[in-house]
This record gives sequence, C-alpha cells and structure tokens, in this order.
Amino acid sequence: MCSLEKRGRLFILKLTGDGEHRLNPTLLDSLRSTINQIRSDQSSSQSVLITTSDGKFFSNGYDLALAETNPSLSVLMDSKLRSLVADLISLPMPTIAAVTGHASAAGCILAMSHDYVLMRRDRGFLYMSELDIELKVPAWFMALIRVKIGSPAARRDVMLTAAKVTAEMGVEMGIVDSAYDSAVETVEAAVRLGEEIIRRGGDGHVYGKMRETLLREVLVHTIGEDESGSSVVRNTRSKL
Amino acid sequence: MCTLEKRGDLFHLTLTGDDEHRFHPDTITSVLSLLEQAKSQSTKGSVLITTGHGKFFSNGFDLAWAQSAGHGAIERMHQMVKSFKPVLAALLDLPMPTIAALNGHAAASGLMFALSHDYVFMRKDRGVLYMSEVDIGLPVPDYFSALVVAKVGSGIARRELLLSGKKLKGEDAVALGIVDSAAHDSAEGVVEATVSLGESLAAKKWNGEVYASIRRSLYPELCRMLELTVNNLATHNL
Repeated sequence: MCSLEKRGRLFILKLTGDGEHRLNPTLLDSLRSTINQIRSDQSSSQSVLITTSDGKFFSNGYDLALAETNPSLSVLMDSKLRSLVADLISLPMPTIAAVTGHASAAGCILAMSHDYVLMRRDRGFLYMSELDIELKVPAWFMALIRVKIGSPAARRDVMLTAAKVTAEMGVEMGIVDSAYDSAVETVEAAVRLGEEIIRRGGDGHVYGKMRETLLREVLVHTIGEDESGSSVVRNTRSKL
Repeated sequence: MCTLEKRGDLFHLTLTGDDEHRFHPDTITSVLSLLEQAKSQSTKGSVLITTGHGKFFSNGFDLAWAQSAGHGAIERMHQMVKSFKPVLAALLDLPMPTIAALNGHAAASGLMFALSHDYVFMRKDRGVLYMSEVDIGLPVPDYFSALVVAKVGSGIARRELLLSGKKLKGEDAVALGIVDSAAHDSAEGVVEATVSLGESLAAKKWNGEVYASIRRSLYPELCRMLELTVNNLATHNL
C-alpha cells in the first residue's frame, strides 16, 4: 500500500506496487496513519516529506469501481482524503511530490496538496478527468485548484478542457515546479531539494502555520461539513 | 438586432447590423431570450460562438437612451445595469462551452459580455478592448469588477483594464492574459478560428450540466454576485 523510509531528515513516503494506487478507504487510512507517524517523529520540525510512487501511476484517483458497488463509499473516500489533505496542509515540514506517473482527479489533488511538485517529463500527466467522466467536482477540490493555479486561463484549461498536463505544460502553467528526464531523476531531484531546504533551516512548526494561512480557503472546506452528493459518481469510464 | 443559428453542434449568436450593438433594455431582453433558447436546445457536445457584424462587437450600454430621459437618466442607467446582470449569469450558467469571436471593438458592458465567455478571440488587425468608465466618469458596477478579477489574474492587467482608460489592441490583450488569441486578421479569420476550437470542444461530447457546474465553481465570488448557486447539487441519471 505505502511505505515510509527515513533518509537523514528526509521522510520518503511511497505508494507501493505496480497498480493505479486508487485512493480507496484502506490506502487512505494507511497514508493518514503514516503522516501521523511522521508528525510525531522527534525531528519532524526540521524535516521534509517527499511523496512518490512505484510504477505507471502516482494515483489514478478514487476507487470508482468500489464506489459503484456501494455509493456510501464515495462519501467515505472523499471524507478520508479531505482529512489527509488537511493533515498535509498542517504538517510542520515542507512537502514535495515527486510525480513519477499519472495523477488523475483525486490523485492529482493529492499531488497538488504538496508545496513543491517535481515531475518527470518523459511520461505521465496531471489530469483533472472529471469533465471527461461526468463526475462533479467537490467544492474543496476547486478551492485547492484556485489556490494552487494562479492563472484563470490555466484553471480553465485544467478544469474545463480536462487537459492532460505533461510536466512541461505544468511548468508553463505554474502548476509544476520543475521537470526531469526520468522517474529516477525526479526522485533524486526531490531528495536534493529536500536536503537544500533542510540546510536552510527554519522552524517546521512556523512553516506549517504559515502554510495553513496560505491555504486557509482549502482548510475551510476540508474541516467543514460534508457536502453529501457533491461527488456523485455517474459512470466509471476511465479515459486513461 | 441579434440572431441564434444552429450549425451542427455549434450555436451561433450574432449581434447583427452595422451599428454599435449597444445594450439597451430591448437588446438585453433579446440576448437573454436567445441564450435561454440555446440552453433549452443544448445537447452533449453543444458549443456557443458569439460574434457581431461590422466595426463593433459591442460599445456598451445605450447611454444616449439613458440621457434622453433628462432627470430620469440615472434611473435608466440603474435599470440597464440591473437587467444586464442576468445576461452574464446566463452565460456563466450555460450548459456548454462558450467562445466570443470579437469582430471589432468591445467596450464597457460590451467587453464584460465578451469576458463572460470561456474563450475570447480577438482580431489581430482591428478592434480594441476599452473600459471607458474611467474616462466618462461612470462608476463600474461591482459585478463588472468581480468578472475582471475572476477572469484576469495579474494585478497589472487588472489595472490596465479597469483603471488606465487604455484602448487595448489584440496583441496587448493577449500579453496581459485578458484574451486567448489575437492571431487572425479579419472578422472571418477570427470566426473561422473559433469554429475550429468549437468543433474540437464539441467532439468531446461533454455533459453540459457537469461543464456548467465546474465552470461556476471556478468563479465562486462572481457567481455569488450574479446570484448563481456554486455547488449545483441537482443530479440526474444517477
């Protein structure tokens, strides 16, 4: 499901295995408990988190097939992801997503919940697929999109054309920080960036608080009331 | 005054005649009714393209009509400002992608009409964007500013648009991120380019309600001012 490695002061969280890393309740619980583990580590306020994955996918979004069998699981997955993202936003350390595979819908949101997005340029894309699969987009997803993507035209392209955003496109749009030639180089760059941030020093607790204020609009949604029906599944056709 | 034509998947809304296409209570009513018609006839893959004939896309409100009322001028202005809101709301709520093909100048409420579309294409050779209010001493309605803030990201671009009184040519408008394209000469060139974009969007066969709901959620503050619900929880075909 997911593994945690500590390299010096770097925490490397990996979505393991060759599958699509669909954000089902089990994986989400596993991720949350790992983040809690990181948070309670003694050195956490002088650390950095890197999140990455094995295989072709960073994450292909919610487990829609599962939600088809039991619609209440839609609400449950959304609620668990919201909590996970709230945890990431309040985490007392900088966070880096090393995107080495496709990140779609909820998977794209997970990647974008990190402070830095580093991505391979040779394969894979960020893809807010909802328009293509007739899924409504939860309000809190939109809050993150609005905070993380500055240009109105880029937001429109991401959300209203369901653009498959490669790393190069992402850099141009201001969604991705930098692009690399392979998965390995992306992770290496994330490690170098993480080490540079740690060298700079700074108090992770202050950092976390500042990030919370910057992403306040997202937190308002993630810790607010559930909006039942706001992520209704219409069909599970995947465009990938 | 204005017509609506359907050609394949594309709805063509045209401001007809060689005049300034100023927004007057009658034009506002006509445009609103045509937008409602497009909405009621929409299917998966529908797209709206709005353009005009002649030198102007639209030169704003019919100030002459307002002034002809003498003491009643202010009342008439308020009436037009108020009744224009539903036009922008209808565009933001339209269950299909919308493209403005600017054949010529777009000023004040005419520019707001253009900006309310998902995509805005201008001519390279002719036509300017002009928020005239600062020059003629008219306050800008709050929902106009909300639209500019929603659609134009940079502080500098917002200033140039709302506060500078500049007449922005296509090239400038693209550089400021206000319009998507100013690559084509002639009105026909722009329309052709928008038809091409329209056809590629239509080919996606998107669900219009989902499209409109995602669009509204891109602009929550603007929708609030236009009295549009942001999170449309209405579902169908569950």
